[in-house]
Amino acid sequence: MPATLAKSGGLLVAMVIALMAMAQAQDSGFAIHMAIMALAALIAAGVVIATGSTGEAPARDESRYDDAPVRWGVIATTFWGVVGLLAGLFIALQLAWPVLNFGFEYTTFGRLRPLHTSAVIFAFGGNALICTSFFVVQRTCRARLAFPSLARFVFWGYQLFIVLAATGYVMGITEGREYAEPEWYVDLWLTIVWVAYLIVFGGTIIKRREPHIYVANWFYLAFIITVAMLHLVNNLSLPVSWVGSKSYSAFAGVQDALTQWWYGHNAVGFFLTAGFLAMMYYFVPKQAERPVYSYRLSIIHFWSLIFLYIWAGPHHLHYTALPDWAQSLGMVFSVMLWMPSWGGMINGLMTLNGAWEKIRTDPIIRMMVLALAFYGMSTFEGPMMSIKSVNSLSHYTDWTIGHVHSGALGWNGMITFACMYYLAPRLWHRQRLYSLRLINAHFWLATAGIVFYTASMWVAGLTQGLMWREYGADGYLVNSFAETIAAIHPMYLLRAFGGLLYLSGALIFAFNIAMTIAGRLRQEAAMTETPYYPAADRPLPMPGSLQPAE
Amino acid sequence: MSDYNSLRHLADSWGLLAMTLLFLGLVLWALRPQAKTLHDDAARMIFRPENPGSNHDD
Repeated sequence: MPATLAKSGGLLVAMVIALMAMAQAQDSGFAIHMAIMALAALIAAGVVIATGSTGEAPARDESRYDDAPVRWGVIATTFWGVVGLLAGLFIALQLAWPVLNFGFEYTTFGRLRPLHTSAVIFAFGGNALICTSFFVVQRTCRARLAFPSLARFVFWGYQLFIVLAATGYVMGITEGREYAEPEWYVDLWLTIVWVAYLIVFGGTIIKRREPHIYVANWFYLAFIITVAMLHLVNNLSLPVSWVGSKSYSAFAGVQDALTQWWYGHNAVGFFLTAGFLAMMYYFVPKQAERPVYSYRLSIIHFWSLIFLYIWAGPHHLHYTALPDWAQSLGMVFSVMLWMPSWGGMINGLMTLNGAWEKIRTDPIIRMMVLALAFYGMSTFEGPMMSIKSVNSLSHYTDWTIGHVHSGALGWNGMITFACMYYLAPRLWHRQRLYSLRLINAHFWLATAGIVFYTASMWVAGLTQGLMWREYGADGYLVNSFAETIAAIHPMYLLRAFGGLLYLSGALIFAFNIAMTIAGRLRQEAAMTETPYYPAADRPLPMPGSLQPAE
Repeated sequence: MSDYNSLRHLADSWGLLAMTLLFLGLVLWALRPQAKTLHDDAARMIFRPENPGSNHDD
C-alpha cells in the first residue's frame, strides 16, 4: 500500500509539473505535448491506484515466464505496422499526385514522411524488437523477466514516445535530423525509457539459469547499448527555452552532418540489422526445429558486424565538405561489411540444410527465407552504392529509396511478420494460427509489392542520375529538375502500386493475428497432402513371369 | 597539437592497431578447437525442454 501511494503520488506530481509547463509553454506544439504527458501521467496514476487497491500486483511466480508485455508488444507491432505502411502508401501517392497535399500544412509530404519512417522503423520495428527481446531473453536465460514493473513501464513509455514523436511531426516539431527528428524533451523521455529497457534486459541476463548467453542475446544487447550511445551523442542539443519545443544542435557544419550520419547509418546497423539478426538467430532455428548452421560463424558474424558497421556512416556524405579520407574510410568499411553480412545470411539459410522441403510446406519458414534473401540482396547493394563512383550516380536519387525499401520491406518487414506468426499462437495458447493459407496470400502480396517497389525505384533512380549529369555540347546541363520529375512519374505510380500490395498483405497479417487472438480457427485444406499413387506403389513383376490376363 | 590532430594521429596508429588486434583476438578465440563442443551445446540449448508448465503466464 505505501508503494502504491508513493507511485501514484509521484505520477500526480509529474502530471502537475507537465501542466505547469503547458501553462508556461512558448509554442502551441509544446503545450499540446505537455498536455499529452499530463494525460499519460494521470492514466498511469489511475492504473496504479486501481491495481494497487485490489491487490492485483503482477504475479511473481518465478517458475513461469512473464509474457504479458510480449503479448502487448505483438498487438502494438501489428497496429503500428498497418499505420506506418498506410502512411507510406499515402506519401507515395502524394509524390505521384501532389494535389493530395491538400494545401494544408499538417498534411504536407514534408511532415508526413517522418511520420511514415518513424512509424515503420521505431513503432513497428521497435515494438517488434522490444517484445521479441523480452520473449527470447527469458527462454534463452531460462529465467523470468527481471523488474516486471519496469518492463511494463518500458512498453507504455515507448508507446508514449511514439505518440509524442508522431504528433510532433504533424505539428512541425522536428530537429530535421533523419530518423532522429524528435525534439529535445522527447529525446530525454526516450533516454529514460531506453535505460529502463537496458536494466530489464540486462537484469534478466544477470539472473539467468543457463551458463552460456545465447548469441541472439549478444545481438540484442549490442542493439540496446549502441542505440543508447547513438541517441545520446546525436541528440546533444540546447533548447531555446526550457518550456519550448525548439532546440539547436551542439555541433555545426560538417561535424554536425557527420554526427548525424554516424547516427543514421548505425541506426540501420544496430537497430535494423543487429536487433533483427537477434530475432533471426532465435526464431529461424526454432521454427525450422534445427540448431543454427554454425554457432561459430554466428559469433564471427557478431564481432565483424560490431567492429565494421560503426565506421560506415561517412558514405552518406560522399562529395561533400567531409574530408576525403573520411569519405574513403566510410566507403572501405562499407565494402568490408559485405562479408559478415553474407556470412550471416548464409548461416541463416543453411540452418535449413537438410530440411529444404520446409520452404514448400511451412509458410513461416518461407517468409523467413525471403527475409534472409532480401538481407543478402540489400547488404550487397548497400556496399556497392557506397563506392564513390557508383554513389556519384545513385546519391540523392530514388535508387537510395529503393535500396532502403528492399532492406526494410524485404528483410525487416518479412522477418518481423514471420516472428509475429510464430509468437501469436504460443502467446495466446492457441492450437495454431487462425490460417496458414492466409500467410501464403500475405507472402505473395508482399513479395510482389517489394518487386514493384524496388524495380520501379531502380529505373527511377538511374533515370534521375543520368538526366542530372547530362551535359550538352555548350557545357550546360541538358535537363531541368522538373523534367526529371516528369520522366519518372510512371515509376512513382508503379511504386505506389507496390506499396498498395505490401499494405494489403499486412492487412491480411493483422486479420490473421486478430483472429488467432480471438481464438478462431479457419477451416481450410492442409498446406500439404500426402501424395500417393497406388499404381506405382507395387513391386515390379518378375522377369518371365506370366502377366495377368488383360 | 590540436585535439583534431592528436585524435587523428591516435586513430590511425595505436588506436587502429589495438582495434585490429582486439578484433582478430576475438575471432581467433571463437575459432579455437576446444570451443567446438561448447558451441554445439550452445546451438542446441534453445531446444532443451522447458521446465514443466513453465512457459505460460496467467
